[in-house]
Formats: sequence, C-alpha cells, structure tokens
Amino acid sequence: MAVIQPLIGQAAQMLLVLGLAPLLTGIVRKTKARLLRRRGASVIQPYRDLARLLRKDAVLAENASWLYRTAPYLIFAATWVAAALVPTFATGLMFSWSADLIAIIAFLGTARFFLALAGMDVGTSFGGIGASREALIGSLAEPAMMMIVFTVALIAGSTQLSTVAAFMASPAVGLRVSLGLALVALVIVALAENARIPVDNPATHLELTMVHEAMVLEYSGRHLAVIELAASLKLLLYVSLIACLFAPWGFAPAGGGLAADALGILAYLAKLAAGGALLGLFETSIAKMRVFRVPEFLGAALMLGLLAALLRFVSRSL
Amino acid sequence: MGVVLGLYCSGTLLLAAIAAVPLGRARLGSIAVYAACLAVSLVALINALAALLGLAPASDAVLPIGLPWLGAHFRLDPLAAFFLIVVDLGGAAASLFALGYGRHEPAPRRVLPFYAAFLAGMNLTVLADDAFSFLLSWEFMSLTSWALVMAHHRERDNARAGYVYLVMASFGTLALLLAFGLLAGPAGAYGFDAIRAAHPGETAVALVLILALLGAGSKAGLVPLHVWLPLAHPAAPSHVSALMSGVMTKVAIYGFVRIAFDLLGAPGWWAGMTVLVLGGITAVMGVLYALMEHDLKRLLAYHTVENIGIIFIGLGLSLAFRADGMILAAALALTAALFHVLNHSLFKSLLFLGSGAVLAATGERNMDRLGGLIRRMPRTAFAFLIGCVAISALPPLNGFVSEWLTFQAILLSPDLAQWGLRIASVSVGALLALSAALAAACFVKAYGISFLGRPRSESAARAREVDAWSTGTMILLAALCLLAGILPGFVIDALAPLARPLVGANLPAQSAMSWLTIVPIAASRSSYNGLLVFLFIASSGGLAAFAIHRLASRTLRRAPPWDCGFPEPSPFAQYSSVSFAQPIRRVFGSVVFRAREAVTMPAPGDARPALLAVTLRDPAWDAIVAPVARAVGFAAERMNYLQFLTIRRYLSLVFAALVAILLILAIWQ
Amino acid sequence: MDNLVFDTAHLLAGGLVLMSFVLLYQDRLYALLNIFALHAAILTLAVAWQAWFQHEPHLFVTAAIALGFKAIAIPLALRRIVARLGIHREVETVIGIGSTMLAGMALVALSMVVMLRVTAGAAPIAREDLAFALAVVLLGLLMMVTRRNAVSQIVGFMSMENGLVLAATGAKGMPLVVEISVAFSILIAFIVIGVFLFRIRERFDTVDIRALDRFRGERR
Repeated sequence: MAVIQPLIGQAAQMLLVLGLAPLLTGIVRKTKARLLRRRGASVIQPYRDLARLLRKDAVLAENASWLYRTAPYLIFAATWVAAALVPTFATGLMFSWSADLIAIIAFLGTARFFLALAGMDVGTSFGGIGASREALIGSLAEPAMMMIVFTVALIAGSTQLSTVAAFMASPAVGLRVSLGLALVALVIVALAENARIPVDNPATHLELTMVHEAMVLEYSGRHLAVIELAASLKLLLYVSLIACLFAPWGFAPAGGGLAADALGILAYLAKLAAGGALLGLFETSIAKMRVFRVPEFLGAALMLGLLAALLRFVSRSL
Repeated sequence: MGVVLGLYCSGTLLLAAIAAVPLGRARLGSIAVYAACLAVSLVALINALAALLGLAPASDAVLPIGLPWLGAHFRLDPLAAFFLIVVDLGGAAASLFALGYGRHEPAPRRVLPFYAAFLAGMNLTVLADDAFSFLLSWEFMSLTSWALVMAHHRERDNARAGYVYLVMASFGTLALLLAFGLLAGPAGAYGFDAIRAAHPGETAVALVLILALLGAGSKAGLVPLHVWLPLAHPAAPSHVSALMSGVMTKVAIYGFVRIAFDLLGAPGWWAGMTVLVLGGITAVMGVLYALMEHDLKRLLAYHTVENIGIIFIGLGLSLAFRADGMILAAALALTAALFHVLNHSLFKSLLFLGSGAVLAATGERNMDRLGGLIRRMPRTAFAFLIGCVAISALPPLNGFVSEWLTFQAILLSPDLAQWGLRIASVSVGALLALSAALAAACFVKAYGISFLGRPRSESAARAREVDAWSTGTMILLAALCLLAGILPGFVIDALAPLARPLVGANLPAQSAMSWLTIVPIAASRSSYNGLLVFLFIASSGGLAAFAIHRLASRTLRRAPPWDCGFPEPSPFAQYSSVSFAQPIRRVFGSVVFRAREAVTMPAPGDARPALLAVTLRDPAWDAIVAPVARAVGFAAERMNYLQFLTIRRYLSLVFAALVAILLILAIWQ
Repeated sequence: MDNLVFDTAHLLAGGLVLMSFVLLYQDRLYALLNIFALHAAILTLAVAWQAWFQHEPHLFVTAAIALGFKAIAIPLALRRIVARLGIHREVETVIGIGSTMLAGMALVALSMVVMLRVTAGAAPIAREDLAFALAVVLLGLLMMVTRRNAVSQIVGFMSMENGLVLAATGAKGMPLVVEISVAFSILIAFIVIGVFLFRIRERFDTVDIRALDRFRGERR
C-alpha cells in the first residue's frame, strides 16, 4: 500500500502532461489568433488534429529505413519521460530521483538527435536543411541550458528538480541577479528549442527558414501525430520548467492528500494558461529572425547563462 | 596469478609476433595470429578483472633483464589493473574483429607481427613498475604502432603521417625521459617505490608535471600536441586504428595518472588549473575539427581528441580538489575521468571498427561518397548507431554517465579556495557542455551522411554486409556500451579501490543503493538511474507504438518522397558533409579555423560546373608546429656546415667541449 | 532587512552589467541609444538606492544628474544627431558580436577575480559594487575599441563613465563638487564630440572613424 499511492501520483503526472500538452498548444494558437483579430480555431483543435492524423494511413517514402519508422516513438518516449520528471503539480514524486535536471536536458538531446537523423533518412534536401540547422541550434541551446542548470544548481545546491523547487519557494532565495539572467536565458532557449518565433516559425511550410517543419516534412499519419505530440510535450516541459524554477508556488507536498493534489493541479493549470498566453503575446509582437542571426541570439543566451553562473560567485556567499 | 600471468601473456604475444613473420605467408596465418591474440587478451582481461575486483592481491615481480643493477620491475595494482582491462578489452575486440576483417588485408606480413607486438607493448607499459621498463615499453609501443601506421606506406598521405607521428612520438618519449630523470633525482632511483618515497622540491614538481603533460599529452592528443593523431590513426588498418584511438591514448592517460597522481606526491592547485583549462580547450577544439572533417576515419580520430579533453577535464578537477583537501570531490572527478576512459575505449573501438566495416564493404572513407548504408548493411548500421548515441553523451548509454559525473564534479567547484580556479571550472563547464552538444551534431552528421539518405556513389549502392565476426564484435561492443550505461553503479564501485590510494577517498558504494541508482554525493543533491530511465523510455515508446497500432491505424503505404513537391532524383542534391557543417562552420569556423568559402560561378552559357572551395587553417599547426619546424630547419641548415670541417677543426671542437665541461664542473663544485 | 538592502543593490549593479552586455549585443543605432538611456536609468536607481540606505542625501543629487543628463538629455540629443546626420542605422563592428561578447565575459571574470581579491577586507556590498563597476568600465572600453561608428563610441564612453559613478557611490560616495564637475565635464565632452561629429560628417561624408585614420595617412 505504501508503494501504490506514490505510484499513482507518478502515473497521474505522466497522464496529466500527456493530456494537457495539446491543450497548451491550442491556447497559444488561440491567443495568437485573437491578438491578430481572428477568431481562431478552438483550443481543443490540436486534439482533433491528432485524432485525425492517427486515423489516417501512414505514407512512407520508398527508401525510408527502419530508423525512420522507429524514430517517432523514440522521440516521443524520450520527451514524455523528460516531461514526466519535471514537477508540475506536486514535488517529490516517486521516480523524481531517477533523473536530475541535467539528465532531463540530455533526454531532450536524445530526442533531437533522432529527429535530426530521421530528417536525413529519406535523403531529400529539405530534410538536410532542417537537420543541419537543428544541429546548429541545438549545439548552442544545449550549453546555454547547461549554464542555466549550473546557476540554479549552484544556488540551490542540487540538480534535483524537486529539491530545487522547494528551495526556490523558500524565503532563502531573495532577489538575485543571477536568477534574473538565468530566466532571460531560459526564455531564449525555450523559444529556440520549441521552434517558436523569432527562431523558427511553427505555422509555416515552404519557407526556406524553417527548421523543425523541414525535418518532419516527409512524415505523415500516425508518425506525424506522434512527433507533433512530442513537440507539444516539449513546449509543455519548458513552460513547466520555467514555472517550477521561477514560479514555484502551489505545489502539493509529497503525500499531501487529494485536496492538496487538486489545489496543485489548479495552480498548475493557471500557470500553463498564463505561460501559453504570454508566449502567444510574445510571438505576435516580434518578427522572425534571419537564420544567421539565430547564433547571435542563442550566443547571447549562452553568455547570459555563463554570466549568471559567474555572478553566482559574487552574490551573498562572499 | 596476478602480475606473473600478465607477464606470461605479454611474453606469449611477443612470441606470437615472432611466429607471425613466417605465418604471414600461410593461407590461414592471419587467422591463427589473431586467434592467438584474442585468446591471450581474454586471459589477460580475466586476470586484470580479478586483480581489480580484489580477488587477487596486488602482486609484483622482478625480471633479471634491463639495467643490471635494477632488473625490470613489474606490478599489478588496481590502477594498472583497470587500464589493463581497457587495453585487453580493446585488444580482444580488435582481434575478434580482425578474424574476419584481416582477410581484406593486402599485405598481412606488414601487419601481423607488429600487431601482436603492439598489444604486448601496451600490456607491458601498464605493468611496468620502474622508470626504465616503463620508458622501454612505452617506446616499444610507439615504434610498433608506427610500423602499423606505415603498413600501407604506398598510399600518398601515409608516409607523411608516419613521419609526423615518429617525430611527435620521439618528442613525447624525450619529455617523459626528462620527467623520470627529474623524479629519480640525483641518486638515480628508478623504481616507482623509491620515486614515491622521494619528495622533490617545488620547482622539480612543476617541471615534472609540465614534462608529463607534454609527454603523455602528445601521445594522448592534447591540443596543441594533437597534430599527428588525425594523420596517423586513420592511416593504419581499421582494427589497428581502433586500438590506437581507443586504447593507446588510454595508455598515455595511464602514464599521466601514474606520474601526476601516484609518483609526484601533491602538486599545488595551479597544476589542476593548467590541466583543467587545457582539457577544456582540447575538448572544444577536437570536436570542432571533427565537425569540419569529411573523411569518416579522420572524423573519428579528431573526435578522440575531444574525448581526451573530457578525460583531462576530470583529471584536472581531481588534482585541483586534491590540492585543496576536498578528497571526496577529488574522488568524484577522478572516477568520472576514469569512467570516461573505459567508455571511450568501448565506443571509439566500436566506431572505428564500424568505419573499417564500411571501408571493407565500399572501399570508401570519404563520407560524401557514402550514403544509404543502413539499408545495405543493417547490422553494422545498428551497432554504429549505438556507438554514435553513446559517444554523443546521450542517455541512457554510457557516455552520458561519465559526462554527468564530470558535471557533478564541476558543480562542487564553488567550494574551492581559489577564485581563479572557481571561475575557470565554471567556464570549463561551459566548454564541456558546448563540446557535448557539438559532439551530438558531429555524429548526426557522421551517421546521417554515411548511413542514411541515398547512396552517393556506385560502391556505396552495391555495398554488402560484412562477415559475422565483424558484425558480432560490433554488436558485442554496443551491448557493453548499453550495459555500462544502465548499470553504472558497478563500474563506479570497481573504480573505488583505485581512487582511494590516489586521492585518499572513494565514492560511497553505489551497488548498494536502492534501485541501482547512482548517488555520487547525497540523494538531495543529485542522482541518476540509468536502468530505470532505460526501462521508462523503452516501455513508454513500446506502449505508444503498441497502442497506436492496436487502437488507431496500422496501415502503411509506400510512395515516392514528397520533398515539397519537387523531389530531385540525383543523390547529389542531398546535403553533403560539407554542407551539413556549413552553419556551424560559419559560426565557429571563421574564428577558430579562419574558414573561407570561395565560390567560382561560371558565366551563363559556360558548361563548367560551379565550384565551392572551403579553406580551413589549423591554428595549432600554424601557431606552434610550423614555427617549431621552421626553427628546427633553420638550425639544421646552420649546423649543416659543421659537416664540412677539417679533422683538426673537429678535434679542436671536441677538445673545447671537454675543457668547457671540466670548467663548469670546477666552478660548480 | 540587510538581505534586502544587499540583494537590491546587487540586482541593480548586476543589471548595469547586463545592460552593458545588451549594448554590446545591439547592432542598430536607435536601439543602442534606447538601451543607453536604460543603462543610465538603472544607474540612477542604483545610486538612489545607495543614497537611501547609506543616508547620504547628496547622492540623490548624483542620481538626479544621472537621470537628467544621461538618461534623458544625452540620448535625446544623440537621437537628433543621428536623425539630422542621416547616419546609416546599423552599427559597424570590427569583430563579430559573438566574439565581442566572449571577450566581454572574459573581462567580467577578470574584474571579479581582481576586485574580489584586492578588496578582501571591505564590506561585501562595496566589494561587489566595485567588481561590477570595473566590469562596466571595461565593457565600455571594449565597446569603444570594437566599434567603428563614432556614435557608438560615444555611447561606449558614456557607459564607461556610468561604471565610474557606480564605483564612486559604492565606495561611500564622493564629494558632491567632484561629482558635479565630472557630470559637467561629461556634458562638455558630449558637446565637443557632437560638434566634432558634424565636422567629420561635413568633411568626409561618413562617421566611420576609419575615414579619420585615412586622413591621417595611417595604415588600417
């Protein structure tokens, strides 16, 4: 019995992120549409899209290999596991110790690795463009992310997200420059990693600056559905991560009972809605960058992260 | 048992080397020699495992050869045992692979004797317990590997590779010779025991450390001493490349660890700082070099440089922590570095063997003439993929675990006493993260261009899967990568008896943790569970696939690629390795390599093809090697005229030298 | 309470360093001027905060000068100059923005190592103010070195001066007279440079300072 309850908590978290991910995408799209004075599709449109894609036949290029068919599931699994390990509505879940923040970043790296490979499998030039640019973006975004992890870990004394969230909620944090810098850097990384404006445009096809869409161009049917779901999960992961590090309120404590859990879920939903709306607002108010401005943008995030980690040395613990 | 068995193994390998000279002519000769090497390596491997796991006590032996008053001392302690495992595991894998691959060798007599002797040399270097036999075995290892590099000496670049390698190897041995000379002190105590007991002064410690960095670093491929490595490693036959890259560089690491951690006592914090910064630079430079490369084997060789950098980052951190008395952190950093030694030997051997399989199947090393091999060589492609994931430090494979441990060690650096060291270690952390991310890009490129897409040449289109020995070896190594990745606790525990004598502490026993989690410091600080993570990913991926196939759709149609409606039939419309690396080249290359692109566009109506030429300059070569070479050439030019003197002049030169030495002695005393 | 004082001072000083980096990152002139105004505004806040908790009312005057001159007057004037001169609106850099930022990082690390070691005995709040101030000064110098455009060189110069003011207020304030005279000398310098800009422009039809080098007959 002592095992069953935390197990249920962990399973609830996994299902929660899976269930909410398309909703978050829907909220972002709706916000953008309303800001452009369109009515926009309903917020549950992404669910309908997924269901439609799942029902359809998968059309595979003639020379696609086994890697091309397995990659979507691998990408999905790595992203799902990563998203399930970020505290959403409760801290101290059963398996939260099985991977820390560094490992979560690395899972996303695994997903990216296979996505880029899948883009190159059929041997079309669009796939190559996407994979090559994704490799560039990843090779700058990942170290920037790692610097953010450094900053947070040096402040909280742990890379374990549950511990970090608990620390961030305590009054011991105070105002810190390094955290502010880390937040800016994290937002930049999140935009780049999720193929959002100004780095990539999630709404276009047939544009030479596209990255993510170029890699998945050949996918269709259930494979595309799985990849789209993984992309939504990744967005959800980053929003949850930002919320968990910089808005660590309203978490249900471990073994807090149903009422606490329900409150935690409500708080989490509010955070998601706010995050989605802010993202939509940001995306409508900024223009897409040229691809070769992106390294400077991400380089700035890397520098900010490094600066934050360095500043950590001059704050308080003198 | 113990060291005696190890020596017997080395002796047998030497005998096999001699026997290989006549056997090389025989039809099944190479199979016999490789089988013998395999058997001996396996015995030595088990012997070393027993020694590391404490089943056999540390043992030593003295052979009445070498210097008459000294003899040759050998010893098998945990440090030697661990590196012996790396050597013999790599040796066994390369030999097993060569059982099949050796058949493609055009001139087996140039390879077989040196191959066995090379294995013996590496074994003896690790076993040696006095400076004399260490240096002798080291030089033996260098020379035999040089002979293997020169095995295909008629190919255009190989002669130059061999020449550069020989010069750098001699330079490295010279540096080590001087280091041991300083360590031995005026009394000439060459035994490692005597060296350990002596306490050299501060200047001597600094000099020895720098010389050891030069000597071992040049063999391991530390930037800027790496210039020979990407020339020499790919020039050898592929199973030997695997040994050189995966194993011989580790023997060099062993040399450095033995000197800096064991023999030298306790160097100050500046030593850690130096090693740390050099390691960080090496890691990023190595992977940038690799990204610019389009020759598969040279890419792998350059990538070895990156991994050597990662290992040196761990070693530098460990030295720094030890100097500040943080022995638990020192143990963590050392464990991370040594874990990476094991990991790199596994996946780099795997990848080099894979490149050998590709070479055997297609005759091509240039990635821009490969492509689509995943459909022609499925087993090789699968094993190579595992190797790529592992080397890119992606979970749940083994490369990630050692980098994770290194990151954990870096996160302890704020407790260090020196400001400079703290800032350096955070900056090096950024470099490490950058190199890890670039490594993933590099192997997306290597795998995507060589194995995926459409074949870019006739030979790639007609490639056939290689023999069962070769594929079996690769899959075995891939399985070991996975095992080390999901059960890292056992490896960490095996490294514990090694860390204790070197830094004074070891990590807490990991295999006792619940669910086989690894917890380097404290559970509230960080933990990672490779097994659980692997199970999670496998089960959620499998579950998703099962559910979708069961509940949604499972039909599949094949159709021509879509490519936005404009598919281009020519395989050259695909991204090539040069175009894949173009964005990264623009960001990093223009600064680091002074990369320039020149486009020659013929006038309209002109039938000549347009040409894109990329030029890269190697900063290490330009800034260090070339000036040194010029200086040496200049000095040689000046000395040249000494060859044309009269006898009387020569005699007077000798006379003057003698008098000068006597004068110095007189003044000195 | 002490924590709050420290944290806020830290936040503002760190914000100044951050703004210096943003200045380095900018490649458009108008944005550069806006960021410079923000730079000065943060300096105003930092100085005012110091004045409040050090109970040194004359620092409020310093803050007011920073706000009036540097955050409002000079950026506005520079905007007008840029508009009147019709200067090409992109900043021309000598080396790439990425490399400049990397060099900036190294400078920040250097100033921290130096200042924290030198001021080991001082109060923590002054120590870190000094470290940040040195970083701002060095970043301003870096900006002057790596920009070709005369307007961005002025901005680099002004941001450097902001660093000096930060250092001065952190170290328990400087005499008011000195502060006022520094502020006026900056203003004079600005006027001189402004007039100078018009002259260069008239003469060479560009504000790229390479033209001056050519005029002096120096090799680039």
